[in-house]
Amino acid sequence: MRTFRTFTIGTVTDLLRALALASFAVAACAAPYVPTDDATVLERLPVRPGDPVARELRQLRAELTANPRKRDTAVRLAERYFALASAEGDPRYVGYAQAALKPWWDLPVPPPDVLVMRAILKQYSHDFSGALRDLEAAVREDPENARAWSWRAAIHMVQADYEGAREDCLALQKLESELYAVGCTAYLDGTTGKAAAAHRALSAALARNPNAPSEVTVWVLTRLAEMSLRQGDVKQAEEHFRAAYFEPINDQFLLAAYADFLLDQGRPEEVLPLLVDWVKSDILLLRLALAEQALKAPKAREHIETLRSRFDAAALRGDKLHQQEEARFNLTLLGNKEKALALARENWKLQREPRDARILLEAALAMKDPAAAQEALGWLERSGYEEPGLRRTAKELKALKR
Amino acid sequence: MRTLLALLLLLAAALAHAHKPSDSYLAVRVEGSNLSGQWDIALRDLDFAIGLDDSGDGNITWGEVKAHHADIAAYALARLKLRSGGADCPARSGEFLVDDHSDGAYSVMRFAATCLDEVTTLEISYTLFADLDPQHRGLLRLEHGTGTRTAIFGPERATQSFELAKISALTQFVDYGREGVWHIWIGFDHILFLLSLLLPAVLVFEGGRWQAVARFPTAFWDVFKIVTSFTVAHSITLSLAALGAISLPSRLVESAIATSVVLAALNNVFPVVHGRRWMVAFAFGLIHGFGFASVLRDLGLPQGALLIALVGFNLGVEVGQLAIVSAFLPVAYALRASWFYRRLVFVGGSIAIAAVAGIWLVERAFNMKIITP
Repeated sequence: MRTFRTFTIGTVTDLLRALALASFAVAACAAPYVPTDDATVLERLPVRPGDPVARELRQLRAELTANPRKRDTAVRLAERYFALASAEGDPRYVGYAQAALKPWWDLPVPPPDVLVMRAILKQYSHDFSGALRDLEAAVREDPENARAWSWRAAIHMVQADYEGAREDCLALQKLESELYAVGCTAYLDGTTGKAAAAHRALSAALARNPNAPSEVTVWVLTRLAEMSLRQGDVKQAEEHFRAAYFEPINDQFLLAAYADFLLDQGRPEEVLPLLVDWVKSDILLLRLALAEQALKAPKAREHIETLRSRFDAAALRGDKLHQQEEARFNLTLLGNKEKALALARENWKLQREPRDARILLEAALAMKDPAAAQEALGWLERSGYEEPGLRRTAKELKALKR
Repeated sequence: MRTLLALLLLLAAALAHAHKPSDSYLAVRVEGSNLSGQWDIALRDLDFAIGLDDSGDGNITWGEVKAHHADIAAYALARLKLRSGGADCPARSGEFLVDDHSDGAYSVMRFAATCLDEVTTLEISYTLFADLDPQHRGLLRLEHGTGTRTAIFGPERATQSFELAKISALTQFVDYGREGVWHIWIGFDHILFLLSLLLPAVLVFEGGRWQAVARFPTAFWDVFKIVTSFTVAHSITLSLAALGAISLPSRLVESAIATSVVLAALNNVFPVVHGRRWMVAFAFGLIHGFGFASVLRDLGLPQGALLIALVGFNLGVEVGQLAIVSAFLPVAYALRASWFYRRLVFVGGSIAIAAVAGIWLVERAFNMKIITP
């Protein structure tokens, strides 16, 4: 039975991919045209050539072109590009970063600084095992490399390898200052059934470090909000979200988590002003469309179509980076439960964070197929993850079995 | 700082894919030994590779793209190798356009390439942006006959071979047959020539003037003789030219075809030849055959199935002719005694045909454009 199911889902995925490729004709050859006016602006570049950032990148590239094996320049350029990829959400820069590391990219064990950079780029493309191999080699070579340990912790968390993450957090305690060391442990504890203690420790650490950079404060507040939700304290969660929102930086992850919170609370009208300027980001556009659909807003249709074309374009390329979001898109906006479940299962093979479990459980519940979410149910038992909403979904799903 | 930043960045990893990565869309169509294609490349990628934003204002305008078309063609085509039978099929760029994909504006370049022989296995090497962005992918759509294949190119799969399914003899026969029908249908010069010879078929030239024929069989056999001799004649020259036995300059052929239409039409108004119009059909049919042959050459003749293509195309032309004849003959026979047919259709029509063909003749002989046939 199990083999059959796997086969079916594999076939469905293949079929969907084939369909996506077949619709290439439509996607690729929409309607080419010749603009009538030379002054027509066809494209706006995200970084102007005169920007300080662009100037620095140009300079580094020139240095590297003159001497492609100059390691510190290569790593610095790769780092700059990776930062740009994270800020702009544009994976092109990850490709540019990879190109900078070309002389070392295929070496089995390059020097530690390249190893860490290579691992960061690999995890970006969801090559988690490749990234962990590189980080393992890096900390063997240089056990004091805090950056390598922290990335290891992060990847172990994504893979739900909590023992591995514990080891990484321990190593970090000797190497990093309080807020960061506590952040690592609290993040782990908050996911594994000790949300109350984690919340106490992390808010105390934050109170002792009022001058932490905004990025860090937003990160801590978002984690605190999640921990509050896991304890069922909606009011406190909202306070954390609002405090994070009023920090002077934009953070896509905060916006996504805050929007999800509002959607779960049945307050879609508050999502609109939050996300109205973020249609360029697939992830936030998904939340915006969900809110618009709940409100029966006229924009919903257009935004759903935009999302569909973006997911189609990714499928054409064979990308599996969007599966979690695509599963949610299919389940909630298209009502395509079967495809949602297939995508959520595929996604679970790679990523096992609470939100990955949530979409898998919800899709399985929609399909009335508890067996499909067996692994997520097992994760919920083992981790001790507390969030009441997810536990309710799991209970409903398990009730179907009998 | 760095520690948490890592956690922070990783958590945002899923969110970081807010945009589509870099892709290009490559469509290639194979016809015999000829390849034609369209290549959509993102302007952002081209700007990164060769620089498009000359004004440095962060906006890429159509004027800036236009100024770089030669650079784009040189850069891109140097990174696309098309090979067949162990030899390169050199590509040259054609028209340039623009298209909007879900992630921004793309430059659209049409191109054509010629291989030595009919392509049975096409090898494509794709290295666009491989040195700048190893995450870039080339998405190929390959069309051959009625089949379509797709493939993804990247640094790990830079060279791929595509065996093109052998098109069955029957498919080929039908395809060329269809081309034959199509060509007679859009080839107004052939239709007008045929009509000029057919118009008098329901009449008979007696006592210095045209009279209606008494019986249908008389008209039918006249038409039969004309169509058959036209067919036999153009089949001969079509085959000889297609096989390369005879070759005539196309300007001469096209002018001669126009002349044949003028003469055939004028012969209706000022009869010189009447009893044996099938001989006229045969003589001029020889010329029309050369015209058909040039079409067949443009279609590309499959080396392995020359005869099939030739016979298929020829039969297609006959089917097209018969369709015209069978639509024409009953109507003409019914109206043959009327003033409408004898004055307006026969005389007026012949003069009109002669006039149009006369213009073609001038156009073709002197290589100028007056009307578009």
